[in-house]
Amino acid sequence: MRHLLGVADLGGAEGIEEVMRLTDSFVEVSERAIPRVPALRGKTVAWLFYEDSTRTRLSFETAAKRLSADTMNFSVSSSSVKKGESLRDTARTIEAMGIDAIVVRHASAGAPHRIATWVDAAVVNAGDGWHEHPTQALLDIYTLRQRLGSLEGRHIAIVGDIKHSRVARSDVWAFTAMGARVTLVAPPTLLPPSLEGWPVTVSQDLDSVLSTVDAVYLLRMQHERMTEALLPSLREYTACFGLTNQRVELLRDDAWVMHPGPMNRGVEIAADVADLPRSLILDQVRNGVAVRMAVLYLLLGAGSDLVPPPATPKEDSVV
Amino acid sequence: MSEAGSLVIKGGRVVDAAGERDADVIVVDGLIAAVGPGLSADRTLDAGGCIVGPGLVDLHSHLREPGKEEAETIASGARGAALGGYTAVLAMPNTTPAMDSAAVVRQVVEIGRTAPCDVYASGAITVGRNGEQLAPMAEMAALGVRIFTDDGAGVQDNGLMRRAMEYASGLGVTLAQHCEDDALCGGGHMHEGEWSARLGIPGQPAEAEELMVMRDIALARLTGCRIHFQHLSTARSVEMVRTAIASGLAVSAEATPHHFTLTHAECQSYDPIFKVNPPLRTAQDVAAVKAGLADGTIAVIATDHAPHTPETKELPFDQAPPGMLGLETALALALTELGLPIQQVLGALSWRPAEIIGVGGTHGSVAVGRAANLCVIDPEVTWTVDGAAMASRSANTPFQGRELRGKVRHTVLHGEPVVIDGQAQR
Ligand SMILES: [Zn+2]
Repeated sequence: MRHLLGVADLGGAEGIEEVMRLTDSFVEVSERAIPRVPALRGKTVAWLFYEDSTRTRLSFETAAKRLSADTMNFSVSSSSVKKGESLRDTARTIEAMGIDAIVVRHASAGAPHRIATWVDAAVVNAGDGWHEHPTQALLDIYTLRQRLGSLEGRHIAIVGDIKHSRVARSDVWAFTAMGARVTLVAPPTLLPPSLEGWPVTVSQDLDSVLSTVDAVYLLRMQHERMTEALLPSLREYTACFGLTNQRVELLRDDAWVMHPGPMNRGVEIAADVADLPRSLILDQVRNGVAVRMAVLYLLLGAGSDLVPPPATPKEDSVV
Repeated sequence: MSEAGSLVIKGGRVVDAAGERDADVIVVDGLIAAVGPGLSADRTLDAGGCIVGPGLVDLHSHLREPGKEEAETIASGARGAALGGYTAVLAMPNTTPAMDSAAVVRQVVEIGRTAPCDVYASGAITVGRNGEQLAPMAEMAALGVRIFTDDGAGVQDNGLMRRAMEYASGLGVTLAQHCEDDALCGGGHMHEGEWSARLGIPGQPAEAEELMVMRDIALARLTGCRIHFQHLSTARSVEMVRTAIASGLAVSAEATPHHFTLTHAECQSYDPIFKVNPPLRTAQDVAAVKAGLADGTIAVIATDHAPHTPETKELPFDQAPPGMLGLETALALALTELGLPIQQVLGALSWRPAEIIGVGGTHGSVAVGRAANLCVIDPEVTWTVDGAAMASRSANTPFQGRELRGKVRHTVLHGEPVVIDGQAQR
C-alpha cells in the first residue's frame, strides 16, 4: 500500500486483517506507562487540514507521536493554505520540506487523490468531502471485532444521511469486505442518487430493521439539510430515523450502537442512548489512535528493523 | 491575395456536399477558380493521398477575449482552429464583458479580422447573460450576428425565453441554447449516477438537460423561432430532437467530440480535466449521441472549445471550472471514433454548421466561384495528442496521450495557405 485514499487501497479482507493485527499490537503499546515506540523515528508526518476537525487531527497527531515521528501542521488557520490555492502548489511546497507522509482532510471529494499524483510522500485520506474516510472505517471494524469477534455474517444497519457521508461510503466497502451484511436506512432524499454496484440493501423502516441487526450505526444529521429541502424538519427526521429511547428497546440484547461523532444528541440519537452500556462510541474514539498508528506504520515503517511487539492472537481479541 | 498569384492544391480527392471526385483545385484571388484533373498554377500545395474539403466551421468556440486572455486570445484560438482545419469559428459570448452589445461584438469581430480563421460573433440573449432582460439583439443583428445564446448557462425563465424567441423570429436569427435547468443541477459537478454516487461528487441529472430541451421544443412550436441545441449529451435529448425535426419544427442540434467519446467513468481520477458542462455521461448516452450523428438528428459536430489555465485545473474537482480544449482534436476524433463516411463527417463539421450561422456563401463548399476556404486532410496518418504542443494558450485536453487517426495537412483561408504541412504560417 503506497497511499491510503480509500478502503479499496487496503486490498480487501486480507489487507484489513493486517491492519487489525498491527492495531492489536499498538493497543498494547498504548496501554504502557510510556506509550511510545521508535518505529517511525526520523520520519516526518504533516497535517494538511483544509477543514476543521480537531478530533481527527488530534487522533492522527497522537498516533504519529507514539510512533516517534516528527509532525508538522499545515492546517488552514496556521498557514497560507486557503480555498482557491492550487492543490499542486501546496502539495509541492510541503514535499519540498522532506515530508514522508501527508494526512489530508478536505471538503472536496478527491483532493487527497489529486495530491497523491503530485508527491512522492505517502498520502492518507483523513476525510474528503462526501467520498471516504478510510481510517474511520478501520477503527469501526476494530471496535466491532472487539465485541463480535468477526464480522462474517453479521448484520449492520447504517442509518441517516448516507448521501453526504464519507463515513458511510467507507463503512459500506469495509464492512462488506469483512463479510458483514449492510442495510442502509434513510429517507430517499438522503440516499446517494444511485446504489448500482453497492453491496447493500435499503430500507425506510428503521423499526423492523433494528430487531435484526448486530450493530446500528448512526450518522450525524446536519442542520443545513433542512434548508436544502431534503427533510421537512429535524423533528420528523428524529421521529422516523432517530434512535430514540423507545426505539432502542427494539434492538436485541447483544446488539451495539455506534456513531462517528460529533453527535447531535436528541436528533439522530437520544441523549440517554449514547451513554448506554451497549454504546461503543467512546471505544471508537479510543481505538482511533491505535488504528492510525497501524496505518502510518504500514505506510512508512516498511524496511524498518524496529518490529513492533508481537501481536496477540487475533481470535482472542474479544473483550 | 492576388500578389500571391495562382495556387493549385494538387493530387487530392475533393469532398463536399456535391460528392467526391479526384481533382485539383485552382485558387485565384481568394476564390476557387477551377476544379478538375491535371491543373497547374504558380504555386502548388501537395494533396497526394489527401482529402480536399471545405474548411471546417465551429459553432461553439470559447475564445476568452476579452477578459481571460491568460487562457486564450482570439489570435491563439484562431491559430488552433486553423491547425484543426477550421476556416470559421463562432465565438461564444461568455466573455468579460459579455458579448451583449454592439460595442463588444464589434471589438471581437475587429480583433478577429487579422486572425488566421474567420471569427464570427454570437450575441448574448440577455444582458450580462444574467437571464433577466433581453439584450439588444437587433443592434447586434445589424452587425451580422446570426446566433444568440447565453452559453455557459441556459435561459432559465420560461416566460423570458418565450419573449426572446418571439423577438428573435422577427429578426430572422437563431437562438442557441445551453440546456441545463439550474434548479435541478445547481451545485452539481458531474453526471448524476453510479459514478457520482461512488465518488461523492454532487451530480447533474440528465433530466436537467432534458427538461430544457423539452421546453424549448415547446416554445419553438409556440413562437416559430429557429432553435439550435448546443452540446446535446443525453439519449433522451437526442430522441426529443429527432421527434421535433420529424414534426417539422425549425430545430437543429450539435454534439461535441467529448460527448461521443468519453463517459462519466473518466471522473474517477478526480482530474478536473474531465469536468465539463453538460457533463460526460453514460455509455448509453454516448451511443445515442453517435446514433444521432449517424442518422442526421444531430446535424453538427461542435467543439465547445473551452480553454482554462493549468492553475484552475489544479483545483479540487468541485472547485475547478468546467471545459475542455477541442479545436485541434475534433476532426481526428470524428474520423477515428464515428465510423461514418468522410462526406458525412465533413458535412457535420463544415457545410451544415455553415448553413446554421448563415455563412454558406463563403464556407462549406469546394465549388468554382466560391471563397477558397479549404482544408486538406491526411485521413490515414496517426498522431498522438499533446496539449502542450497545441497552439492554444491552455493545455486542458482530456485526450492527452491518445492516438488518433487523421490530421489536417493544409488549411487555406480566402486563398491564403494559413497552415502548410501541419505548420501554422501566422
Ligand atoms: Zn455550453
